[in-house]
Amino acid sequence: MSLNLTNISKKNLFETHIYSSNLILEKNSINVLLGPTLSGKTTLMRLIAGLDEPSTGKIYFNEKDITKDKVQKRNVAMVYQQFINYPSLTVYENIASPLRVLKHEPDFIHQKVIEVASLLKLNNFLEKRPHQLSGGQQQRTALARALIKNADLILLDEPLANLDFKLREELREELPKIFTKRDCIVIYATTDPMDALLIGGNTIVINEGKIVQYGKTIDVYKNPSDLISAKVFNDPPLNVFESRIKNGIVNINNIEFHLSKSVSKNLSGNYKVCIRPHHLKNKKEEIDDVEIEGKVRICEINGSETLIHFDYNKLNYTSLINGIFNYSIQDTVKFYFKPSNCLIFNSNNKITV
Amino acid sequence: MNKVQNNKAWFFILPVIFLVAFNAVIPLMTVVNYAFQETFNNNIFTWQGTKWFENILRSERFYAAFGRQLLFTFIILLIQIPLGVFIALSMPKKGFGVSICLVLMSMPLLIPWNVVGAMWNIFALPRIGFLGHYLALLGFDYNFTQSIYAAWFTVILMDVWHWTSLVVLLCYAGLCAIPDPFYQAAKIDGASRWAVFKYIELPKMKKVLTIAILLRFMDSFMIYTEPFVLTGGGPGNATAFLSIDLVKMALGQFDLGNAAAMSLVYFLIVLLLSWIFYSVVMKGEDK
Repeated sequence: MSLNLTNISKKNLFETHIYSSNLILEKNSINVLLGPTLSGKTTLMRLIAGLDEPSTGKIYFNEKDITKDKVQKRNVAMVYQQFINYPSLTVYENIASPLRVLKHEPDFIHQKVIEVASLLKLNNFLEKRPHQLSGGQQQRTALARALIKNADLILLDEPLANLDFKLREELREELPKIFTKRDCIVIYATTDPMDALLIGGNTIVINEGKIVQYGKTIDVYKNPSDLISAKVFNDPPLNVFESRIKNGIVNINNIEFHLSKSVSKNLSGNYKVCIRPHHLKNKKEEIDDVEIEGKVRICEINGSETLIHFDYNKLNYTSLINGIFNYSIQDTVKFYFKPSNCLIFNSNNKITV
Repeated sequence: MNKVQNNKAWFFILPVIFLVAFNAVIPLMTVVNYAFQETFNNNIFTWQGTKWFENILRSERFYAAFGRQLLFTFIILLIQIPLGVFIALSMPKKGFGVSICLVLMSMPLLIPWNVVGAMWNIFALPRIGFLGHYLALLGFDYNFTQSIYAAWFTVILMDVWHWTSLVVLLCYAGLCAIPDPFYQAAKIDGASRWAVFKYIELPKMKKVLTIAILLRFMDSFMIYTEPFVLTGGGPGNATAFLSIDLVKMALGQFDLGNAAAMSLVYFLIVLLLSWIFYSVVMKGEDK
């Protein structure tokens, strides 16, 4: 089982929503579709679901061309950011509804509903109506509706975005477990890089209607193919600096340092050097760590981490440090980073390290 | 913390008390005043107890008008609510058609009530008016000033024309508030058009529909101007609904005691029916 998108694009009279893209998704895979708002995540999902027809290109499922097939003919299920359930039906009937349409035996339906409901911990709410439930339970009901019909393709369009923090964490933890045992392709759209890292699987990075990178989540995170992919996959935002490299010596903003030994000594020219916020620390760990003496601009403590924005020589840096540090504005603090943690992109945005 | 005990809060609700007093209580009390007393010249009042109420509740005339009123309201709701829902469902959701439809729909609502009556009077004039002329051409013996059925037909048609738009606009607002993913989800499930209406659109429209029915009920139950201008309550008393009958009694016959008692009974009926309807519909809501 595989889903194969070939030269898919979507445009209307005025603008292009999806530029010609290719994508092959394998069976039993969870694929995170990661991109900022308006990057085309929902459009791509609608194309895959069959709610819209692509302007160009073909969609193959198991080698069979399904481009022209209507959504009812494709065995797909979809969960949305809003909690979509039938308002007048009980949770039980809501979960049963996809099977009722398919005209299954009542005994079979009952058995399946109980099975899916217990998987999603909805057993105690089966007789309630959606508006009597909390947001988390409503979304669980929607997920149950998507799971019950053994769809080949399950599309989740930012399913956790409308949930509060606690429920989001709880459900995010459960989701991969729920989907691993299933014989289907899952696509999970999100704007949050944390979702991708926690869910694992594969990640498709999409930006401005273009698929930027596709691969195992951890690979995509560690080795972004270009600057856009790196930017999309980092929150708080990546520190990006224009810099000059001469024979392996980097110069950002008058801070000079050697690149790690593995990098060619001959590297020269103008590059973009990026440092992930959590790689900027306030302790020196190794002898060749590079030091920046910054002036604190903003210091935000969010529970167990501290987000510090600081200036050095007219450039702004962002640092995310584990632990609580209560710096005052205008404090002078020394930050350190390892040269080997730098991501380097050339003008074509391709990584060179 | 020590709480300061004083009566300052009264100052804040005083404006509302004045407003409600002038707006509702004082006018109502004058009616109550007439309903329990007999008036003569020079504003001399004598106490009559419940005499006027007994009169009204025993009079055939009142029950006849009340029956006509119920029948009229029932027919109006039976036509306007389904028709309004149907039109709202068939209106476009986006594109330039939306504003055209909305303007067309609001037109009847913008016309003053007496103008509507006058318009329809001319429109339906037997053999001369547009409607009267063509109905006569088609072979109908149509004359709303003489035939009871023709009069009812015209009054109902006028009210449907005038007020269905209100139901349409309310339902349309309700429909527009349904997020698109609901329809997508139904499409993915393979739900039929009827199922979409029954399980998504109708439940989501429930609140606006309740308000539409309530508004249409109260308005049609108190209808006065349009039938007064169109038929004047005739032929005979055929279209003399409660309010028309009331005005005849109060101003035509100057029978203030009976009219005041009837007003109060009328008011209580509207209040009671609205309350029953509202509590029945809203019962399932806040469980």
